[in-house]
Amino acid sequence: MTDQAVAPGSVTGVVPDTNGRMPRRRAARSSGAVARVGWGIAGVMALLALWEAYKLLGPADGVTVGGDGSAGSGVILLPRTHDRAMPHVWDMVARLFQPTSGAETSPLLVSVLEAAGTTLGLAAAGWVIGVVVGGILGIAMQRWRLVEWGLLPWIVVSQIVPLIAFAPVVNALGSQIDRAGVFPWPQWFSVALIASYLAFFPVAVGTLRGLESPDALHRDLFHTQSAGWWQTLVHLRLPAAVPHLLPALRLAAASAVVGAVVAEVSIGLRGGIGRMLIQLAGQASSDPAAPWAPTFGTVAIGLVAAAGVALIGVTLHRFRRGEETR
Amino acid sequence: MTTPTTPAVHAAGIGKVFPSASGEVTTLTGVDLEVAAGEFVSLIGTSGCGKSTLLRLIADLDTATSGDLTVFGKTARRARLDQDYGIAFQQAGLLPWRTVAANIALPLELHRWSRPTREARVTELADLVGLSDFVARYPDQLSGGMQQRVAIARSLAASPQLLLMDEPFGALDEMTRERLQTELARIASETGAAVVFVTHSIPEAVFLSDRVVVMSPRPGRITDVIDTTPGRARDEALRESPEYFARVTAVREALHGTPLQRANER
Repeated sequence: MTDQAVAPGSVTGVVPDTNGRMPRRRAARSSGAVARVGWGIAGVMALLALWEAYKLLGPADGVTVGGDGSAGSGVILLPRTHDRAMPHVWDMVARLFQPTSGAETSPLLVSVLEAAGTTLGLAAAGWVIGVVVGGILGIAMQRWRLVEWGLLPWIVVSQIVPLIAFAPVVNALGSQIDRAGVFPWPQWFSVALIASYLAFFPVAVGTLRGLESPDALHRDLFHTQSAGWWQTLVHLRLPAAVPHLLPALRLAAASAVVGAVVAEVSIGLRGGIGRMLIQLAGQASSDPAAPWAPTFGTVAIGLVAAAGVALIGVTLHRFRRGEETR
Repeated sequence: MTTPTTPAVHAAGIGKVFPSASGEVTTLTGVDLEVAAGEFVSLIGTSGCGKSTLLRLIADLDTATSGDLTVFGKTARRARLDQDYGIAFQQAGLLPWRTVAANIALPLELHRWSRPTREARVTELADLVGLSDFVARYPDQLSGGMQQRVAIARSLAASPQLLLMDEPFGALDEMTRERLQTELARIASETGAAVVFVTHSIPEAVFLSDRVVVMSPRPGRITDVIDTTPGRARDEALRESPEYFARVTAVREALHGTPLQRANER
């Protein structure tokens, strides 16, 4: 990507070809995609190699200073490398295809995928709630300056509250509402709500920034056309906000996954990957490769979530044209 | 409804004062200007003489501090709401996510024209500015000159009888600039719209205009009005004619405030 990366808009006198596409750019883009995938795989490989290299070279019992000899005392300078602390990568992979617990149960991989599916659903629900709430807050803050002044500091402060302290409160509140019969509040809804608590923040801030991104020229233009607030929002501010919104949606997706996993753990919701992680980590001394399976599962959820947002980005491609030229 | 005798723009004693940190800044004072229907008037002057401010007042993007301003006999605000004028700026200001056709159609969409009438009008306008082959393109696939043509087509979308143009060719190279000037002269005469054209190019003002209004800064005011109606068609031959050069000289002298010594009179 050298000369192809130069903005086509800066070239005076575009050569009129029939379909309006730029073949050279396209070729450059597809070879770029191959290179990106290659680098991605290389990165993962490097991480695995680093793990195995340290396991091979590092001391089996690690290096600690200032300890009195009992387990867990002192400051760890180098972590332990024996098989219980650092299982081999191939053992982690092999463990995926062995029964979850006992001979009769399904392979660990299947259990992980089921749990990951559950958590992904919770995170997705949280993401949707977060995007709707964040979007409405962003629009309201753009519409009324007073709302921005009054609300934005609180939105920032809201992210400082530790989730682990806040989750049980939501759960208790939910079960009270459920028991009192106000409306049904299943436990999974608490998890989705907590996930949305993390997800709404980047969306609210991104929406506000995006809606305020059109320059004075475009605002003047819409004013001369006597366009009202709603028309300006639909035809100018929202389309212009898309480049700001997509990174916000991606951040929100990552936050929703983290929020869902943490909320599962702290509430103790069964069936999700958070609970599975805690359970298998408890048995790690006898089955050290097992906790890595739900860890990989969590990574997979994050990748699927990011891919989902990337897909949204593809459908909104025409609103991102400005990014390529300016 | 306007009658042919209603002037496109009528300004009397216009003043505009902006508040600033160090007191008030008088941008315009005592501006009287009348633009007849179908007339092409250029506002020329150095930076800060208030020519763009005057245009913004006519467009109702700002309000005058004093004086009386009407557009087709209505307030500037009413004229804006009635889509009586179209406007083009130095930057084309196209929406990058819309095709050429959709950019031209923007004013029509905002005023809720039906799709078929909109499409018919866009075809007509694309033809008028010579972009029929490019309606499906996006702005980033066009050169600067083509983008400015789209902006002009957009300003003409609702068939306004007044065009407001703020240095629309200011960012273009000289060749493109001259070509677009010739096209604008043709478009203005075909549509019969009055034009208020802000520029700081003397040849551009003289070539395009029926009258050139010369403005001066601190405070912004009109110092001279020069009749530049050509007795002939506005084409490339006009640019080479002696009467054109004579008028360029007249406008230059008016801008400098004194007769200039010419090379052949020394």
